[in-house]
Amino acid sequence: MSATAHKLDPDVFHLAEEPHHPEGSSTMLGFWMYLMSDCLIFAMLFATYGVLGTSYAGGPGPKELFELPLVALNTAMLLFSSITYGFAMLNMTEGKRGATQGWLAITALFGLAFLCIEMYEFTHLIHEGAGPQRSAFLSSFFVLVGTHGLHVTFGLIWLVVLMVQVQMKGLITANKRRLMCLSLFWHFLDLIWIGVFTFVYLMGMLR
Amino acid sequence: MTTPASTTAATGIFSSVNPFLGRFTLESLPLHEPIVVATFVVVALGGAALLAALTYFKLWGYLWKEWFTTVDHKRIGIMYMILGIIMLLRGFSDAIMMRLQQAMAFGNEGYLNAHHYDQVFTAHGVIMIFFVAMPIVTGLMNYVVPLQIGARDVSFPFLNNFSFWMTAAGAAIVMMSLFVGEFAQTGWLAMPPLSGISASPGVGVDYYIWSLQIAGVGTLLSGINLIATIVKMRAPGMTMMKMPIFCWTALCTNILIVAAFPVLTAVLALLSLDRYAETAFFTNTLGGNPMMYVNLIWIWGHPEVYILILPMFGVFSEVTSTFSGKRLFGYTSMVYATLVITVLAYLVWLHHFFTMGSGASVNSFFGITTMIISIPTGAKIFNWLFTMYRGQIRFELPMMWTIAFMITFTLGGMTGVLLAVPPADFVLHNSLFLIAHFHNVIIGGVLFGAFAAINYWWPKAFGFKLNQFWGKVSFWFWVIGFYFAFMPLYVLGLMGVTRRLRTFDDPSLQIWFLIAAFGAALIAIGIAAMLMQFYVSVRDREKLRDLTGDPWNGRTLEWATSSPPPDYNFAFTPVVHDNDAWADMKARHYQRPLTGYADIHMPSNTGAGIVLGALSVAFGVGMIWYVWWLAALAFVGILAVGIGHTFNYKRDFHIPAAHVTEVEDARSTQLAGAVA
Repeated sequence: MSATAHKLDPDVFHLAEEPHHPEGSSTMLGFWMYLMSDCLIFAMLFATYGVLGTSYAGGPGPKELFELPLVALNTAMLLFSSITYGFAMLNMTEGKRGATQGWLAITALFGLAFLCIEMYEFTHLIHEGAGPQRSAFLSSFFVLVGTHGLHVTFGLIWLVVLMVQVQMKGLITANKRRLMCLSLFWHFLDLIWIGVFTFVYLMGMLR
Repeated sequence: MTTPASTTAATGIFSSVNPFLGRFTLESLPLHEPIVVATFVVVALGGAALLAALTYFKLWGYLWKEWFTTVDHKRIGIMYMILGIIMLLRGFSDAIMMRLQQAMAFGNEGYLNAHHYDQVFTAHGVIMIFFVAMPIVTGLMNYVVPLQIGARDVSFPFLNNFSFWMTAAGAAIVMMSLFVGEFAQTGWLAMPPLSGISASPGVGVDYYIWSLQIAGVGTLLSGINLIATIVKMRAPGMTMMKMPIFCWTALCTNILIVAAFPVLTAVLALLSLDRYAETAFFTNTLGGNPMMYVNLIWIWGHPEVYILILPMFGVFSEVTSTFSGKRLFGYTSMVYATLVITVLAYLVWLHHFFTMGSGASVNSFFGITTMIISIPTGAKIFNWLFTMYRGQIRFELPMMWTIAFMITFTLGGMTGVLLAVPPADFVLHNSLFLIAHFHNVIIGGVLFGAFAAINYWWPKAFGFKLNQFWGKVSFWFWVIGFYFAFMPLYVLGLMGVTRRLRTFDDPSLQIWFLIAAFGAALIAIGIAAMLMQFYVSVRDREKLRDLTGDPWNGRTLEWATSSPPPDYNFAFTPVVHDNDAWADMKARHYQRPLTGYADIHMPSNTGAGIVLGALSVAFGVGMIWYVWWLAALAFVGILAVGIGHTFNYKRDFHIPAAHVTEVEDARSTQLAGAVA
């Protein structure tokens, strides 16, 4: 806007051509702000984990509970899903609907695998008597990791809806914009997971 | 590893739950509280009369088509204001009940039992902040910002409608708690362990949690929406440093909203997990930490007070410069002062609990940051004073409210600096001195600002000015009433009286409470006079009509269009060359173009927002009363409607040029009439 500002004739109060805000021109900015607000929710949950993460209340700690190989596998699932989403986006810019849909489907499968492994881990912990009610450490662990999992779940629902919409309408501008938003969301969740993996699992094992 | 008693306790909470009605029984209705029953009868009769009138005059279709489903930022803004004013009446009834109880209850029980009184002071705080101040602030920004930046609507018009209905849904849930069940008895921030499930097993805290969570969604989304609007939709030529000050304060407020409300969402979610899922975040047992709640909620809570006051600083800036007939003094310093306040708002939260015991260094840090924040605020006061200096001041109602603000707010600010000194705070913490201080800044700042804004922009919204006589009656009763109601509380606070007390033993204190109650009565007259002002103005609207669209000789773009503005705001988007764009256009004899209209691209109305709002109420009620089937059904419904809405790709239409021509020609006739 400032670039055009000094080109304006000081005596002109209306432009010959009406300035036009194309539909969806603010969407990426708006969605980015939403992501930052979501990031703050995770920041709160990380902070909570930071405060309560050593309050075992006589119960088990990270070393007794976490199985790093399983978590590493899980991390791989999510990282792969980010790569495949990237491939979907590359195909989208080239207008290849079939390939886009294919990569989106593979992304969904990786996401689903991630969720299944996480569910397995959670049920296993609860079965061992290390559920979220056991101690403040476990409460904050379950809520931090679970909130991430909940986001992945909603991301999956969103992904499926978008695949239906791409099938119905093709790669029109509106759908491309939606895929871009989900792309931001998906990579954002990856980033959060790297934080979880590092601060909760790896550093937990060091404690 | 053994599972401790918590699991059995978890089943314990839900054990007596009926599968269809949850924990609702006939005893949940407060039939044994005559005050509540009488209120219910009045509300029910009034509500039935309103519904009957709407049906009789066949207004439902009109309301649905033109208001409930609208995506027009102006109408949504007006709906927010109406919501805020209605809730003000509710919040004020709570206030007057407390003043009456405290004035009476010396050596006796007064007329409110503890269960009821504790709900009243909690509801008063929650309603006044979340459902009076927030809707009024959001409503003003919604109405004014797009007009001031020369835009046709906000960035995300549907989201705007949805945000409003989420706020209204939160308000509906709070109102429901008055007649079904109970509200929280914890104070407005619901501090654990008092708000935990063992100390507050009833529905009160759950009403609190779900009303705020649902309204919070609306607040956050409207914050994102307005930031995107201000960043992306400004008219050509309006660089950031040419934006009206109100838009700057709106931008900073919305940045604060987006950066603070997620904290509230997170902390309330953790509290609900403690209550519903037996986790141990804020418990006294199993390693929980109640002080963490206090920290987290104030990390949201302190920015919140700046969320409320910053837009009002913008209002006072606009009013002062308009009614002094001068450009605002120190525009750049005003912008930087606003930004500094925005940043510092995050560095002072601990001053709310110096008594927590974090030690001298931590307390000094937060004491000093708190004192520093008064510097940019002081700079603003001087900017307004210098704007008035050698101006031709017109003492219209908005200007009167502004002057009342400057005096009252400065006083409140000074008592705030007193409280910022940690040793003094150890004496005054949670005393009536604190209550007097924050009412001094919230009433003197936010409410007086809201009244200035209503008197200032009403003619823009409806095309006629507000009645002066009743406006002045309201002004004097409010301002004098405020001083009578709150100055005694400073005295009582210094004498050591703490907040939220229901009964007293020391008869020497009573006189101060009587004075405060007298002040509250004056304020009641002020509110009644304001309602009278609205009524008389609507009745005499032809006499008060403004045909020019610019009744105050305004300086910013909203005064460049007609009153009320057409759906599309501006037939031609204005090009901005100066801070006071409209004053500049008038000074250079701007001629409104009379031909060459084109089709105007506009967003279409949608009913999805109100449906989602209604489903959210159902979801909230299901969660509050443990009616799981209702909560699950409503949640699925929210997902289905939300997703269904995304399958609608056709969300816009064009206003044909012929219609624009018609509207603009009518405006030309009006303007000619105004000159003649």
